[in-house]
Amino acid sequence: MLADPLARTATTARSVAARPGRWWLPASLVLLAVALFLGVMVGPAGNWGSADWNIIWNVRMPRVVLAGIVGATLSLSGASYQGVFRNPLVDPYLLGVAAGAGLGATIVFAVGRASTTTWLIDPLPLAAFVGGLLAVLITYLVGASFGANRNGVTLVLAGVAVTSLATAIQAFVLQRNTEVIREVYSWILGRLTLANWGDVRLVLPYVVLSSTVLLLHRRHLDVLRVGDDEAISLGTQVTRVRLVVVIAATMGTAAVVSVSGLIGFVGIVVPHAIRLLAGASYRRLLPLSLVVGAAFLILADIPGRVLQDPAETPIGVVTAFFGAPFFILVLRTRGRSLG
Amino acid sequence: MSSLAFVDLSVRYGRRDAIAGFTDTVRPGEWLCLIGPNGAGKSSILRATAGLVPHGGRIEVDGSPLSLRSSRRRAELVAYVPQSPNLPDDMTGAEYVLLGRNPYIGYFGVESQHDLAMVASVLDRLDLADFARRPLGTMSGGERQRLVIARAIAQEAPILLLDEPTSALDIGHQQQALELVDRLRREHGLTVVSAMHDLTLAGLYADRLALLHQGHVVATGPAASVLRPETLSEFYGVSVSVHHEDDGTVVVVPRRTSA
Repeated sequence: MLADPLARTATTARSVAARPGRWWLPASLVLLAVALFLGVMVGPAGNWGSADWNIIWNVRMPRVVLAGIVGATLSLSGASYQGVFRNPLVDPYLLGVAAGAGLGATIVFAVGRASTTTWLIDPLPLAAFVGGLLAVLITYLVGASFGANRNGVTLVLAGVAVTSLATAIQAFVLQRNTEVIREVYSWILGRLTLANWGDVRLVLPYVVLSSTVLLLHRRHLDVLRVGDDEAISLGTQVTRVRLVVVIAATMGTAAVVSVSGLIGFVGIVVPHAIRLLAGASYRRLLPLSLVVGAAFLILADIPGRVLQDPAETPIGVVTAFFGAPFFILVLRTRGRSLG
Repeated sequence: MSSLAFVDLSVRYGRRDAIAGFTDTVRPGEWLCLIGPNGAGKSSILRATAGLVPHGGRIEVDGSPLSLRSSRRRAELVAYVPQSPNLPDDMTGAEYVLLGRNPYIGYFGVESQHDLAMVASVLDRLDLADFARRPLGTMSGGERQRLVIARAIAQEAPILLLDEPTSALDIGHQQQALELVDRLRREHGLTVVSAMHDLTLAGLYADRLALLHQGHVVATGPAASVLRPETLSEFYGVSVSVHHEDDGTVVVVPRRTSA
């Protein structure tokens, strides 16, 4: 090291590399462990060891694991969308991904769910993925044509329009196929309450692939923070990175929406809470979103189980209860920097 | 040191020619400054060289066309400082300068010890060590501009493009930034192409000026030959007086036309 002339400079490589808050990841893992423990131990069938092992293994465990997977994926996808669109306001719901995924799934039900169950690959998550991807691409193209890079609000408005359109087409399809309305709505509302290990197996491959791709792109998202032109001049293939990240985030979102139904605000609340506490670098934000998002949704699912026992409070109600005020707070504090 | 050659360069936006038939060779280590009224095509030349807009004709570095390079390889050859860079408020100085190492880091890779040491030494040489851990949002305009230049230096490209590098700075920080570029160009043997509005500063720091008008070069050469009252009056539509100082500095002063 002494032979290295750079070692004698006042600023060392070590001090450049040292980033504040290295303890955030261990801290978030502890949070996740606590959430897992509470999620498994609290419920109407008895707490802390009094519950039947069979209930814990076959009812609570899959539900907790699924909630964790859904929360992790929604917040990781939300943070990734915010990165590629350079817009702190977007999440899978505001971009129209969820509505597009719902439309794709509705079409599968309308065409005939019964005939597809024997297929080797279940077409339902695939149709949700295609619908979600189409929706986010239309949102982006419409938003970008009004200068989305300069004004993030146009992108959100485009997402609202695409959501309305997808919902309208969905209503039309349902009206012509009234016999599948019940199936479709139970799908949209989600099956988290009835989760079993089969649901976990259904989403896991999509979610693992999506998360891996997104985490591998976290350095690119930091480069994109300086804008398209500068990122290109720094050697990043912006269009390719954006496309890959959008596809991966949409695949994860569509997969979890197909088992959990509509759960809003996770993709906005979790990444922003992390930004406030641990900084905005995507290299830290993405892994933390994954872990904290899982913990957040597992914890958010607990009040739903015990508040109105024996009835269930839908988890989407709980997340919206916390998420909507938080979103308004984000609008107030970060909206100014969007201009 | 690298040379930069433009051969019949053209850039079109829709049906409008932003620049047409631009041919010039910037010698290794030379500083060429592009001047001309708004919309003359200065930025288009820089943006085409940085790979941000499609262009006709050829742009060559040391005789080989840039268009054949991958985007990463191009970024190893050409560093670009835009007119108004985006500096995320909550990014630290060191994180920002580290972006300059992007062309050297693999698609799925992370920065090496060498990249970090490079950033550290650039921060030191530009007296920015105190800003390594500070968020960009807390810095003044002059400090931010020095960090942008530091990022370009960390890119280790032999060619540096500067689009209006001083337009947002006061006179003291303008001088500081240009002195810094001049020093770095001598230390690193950089070839510099800049676009500037301040004609006196352009003449003071550049080896050669190219005056553009409506996408065409109308005059090129050292400051004394390009900055003449009649030339400037013809292409800028202004009335100026030009003074020659004893040290060779050419000073351009606008003249009041009203009585």
